[in-house]
Amino acid sequence: MHTVSDQPALSRLFRMQWEPAQGIYVLLYPEGMVKLSQSAAEILKRCDGGHSVDAIVDELEQAYGCGGLRDDVEDFLRVAGERGWIL
Amino acid sequence: MNAPLPHTAIAPPLWLLAELTYRCPLHCPFCYNPVDYANDRTELTTEQWFDVMRQARELGAAQLGFSGGEPLLRDDLEDLVGEGRRLGFYTNLITSGIGLTEPRLARMKALGLDHIQLSFQDSTRAMNDFLSSTKTFDLKARVAGLIKQYEYPMVLNVVLHRFNLDHVERIIEMALEMGVEYLELANTQYYGWALVNRAQLMPTREQVEQAERVVNACRARIGNRMRILFVVPDYFEERPKACMNGWGSVFLGIAPDGTALPCHAARSLPGIAFPNVRDVGVKAIWQGSAAFNRYRGDAWMKAPCRSCDDKSRDFGGCRCQAYALTGDADGADPVCAKSPHHGDVQAIVVHARRAQDAGDGGESRPLVFRSDANSRKAGMP
Repeated sequence: MHTVSDQPALSRLFRMQWEPAQGIYVLLYPEGMVKLSQSAAEILKRCDGGHSVDAIVDELEQAYGCGGLRDDVEDFLRVAGERGWIL
Repeated sequence: MNAPLPHTAIAPPLWLLAELTYRCPLHCPFCYNPVDYANDRTELTTEQWFDVMRQARELGAAQLGFSGGEPLLRDDLEDLVGEGRRLGFYTNLITSGIGLTEPRLARMKALGLDHIQLSFQDSTRAMNDFLSSTKTFDLKARVAGLIKQYEYPMVLNVVLHRFNLDHVERIIEMALEMGVEYLELANTQYYGWALVNRAQLMPTREQVEQAERVVNACRARIGNRMRILFVVPDYFEERPKACMNGWGSVFLGIAPDGTALPCHAARSLPGIAFPNVRDVGVKAIWQGSAAFNRYRGDAWMKAPCRSCDDKSRDFGGCRCQAYALTGDADGADPVCAKSPHHGDVQAIVVHARRAQDAGDGGESRPLVFRSDANSRKAGMP
């Protein structure tokens, strides 16, 4: 079982940036690229080693004016951890 | 669809490969550069490269590779890296390591170089130095240390063939000791110099299968610490590779003289005039040129590709390989078992087996090392 830090941070193997030509956020890594959905990008933006998972959930629930995002955020963080995007 | 695709339907290139120069201090007999590279030594200027990079970035390219030849032979490499990063590219340096001094590396790090892919020819000094026809193993090992010291993600690339496939376990151990994050074990693809040397480089099926077993066992043992990419040599397959993920789909290569190519080897194809960035804009080349539209979509396909369920997955395989092995660039890649020429590919593999069984490990026909002299010989009519 892969565990992610309580204050997740993007791995130094990846760089996240906005791609104006495609209108999406992407994760760039050596000779490759992952296209991110809007929700994935909003979570990853907050994976800066300073936000706890609780803080990420709080911020997103406020930003979107809704509750119940915790399961989605935790699911995404688990997958992102398995893929090595975050530590 | 028989009409050319409308321009709006053409997705942007994602990967700009800048082949800065065909000059190289190494002499590898499996190099994919054109065999006749010595005939035209024209290279784009710094300003011309800046312009190409800007245009490709506007079009949507996100990955930028600096390759060659040996890109470190360009004195302006640092400037090109800095401009690429400034434009928002993820910048990749693809190098033999020869010429990568600490001052140059420090400068490129400061300018934002994202990643370095270092090539080794083998895990042993003797084989590395034999294959590259240079004494460079110790130098490369020092460069690997520098790359780690500057906290780069470390990607090690080793081209595999008959002479080093049996060393795969030691190569993996070497990579682990170096702290490599991605190890690319790339079986030789037979283009350029590698095609000239195919009879000598072709492994046996047993070698390939044994190496694959070793790789799988190592993967299970080391887990996520190092990711190993093992590309099975396509001559041993029944289905062709999705070459370049489709012609004119994601890859835009620019040769040293500015020729725009949908794959590194495309200039081997007859009857296609590849546009040059010195004459035509990158957007017009990508979207509108006859060369880049030549094998987009599936209207160009013949039987058996045209009615094949896999045509949107493998795009009929590699055009350059179809031409090199069958004389018809529009036919199925003969690696495919559905190709009427598939038997020729199997015969090449069987021949390699027999030559090795007969104790003729290629020695009777020596390897042709990549060199200016050999290139000029090849370029003669």
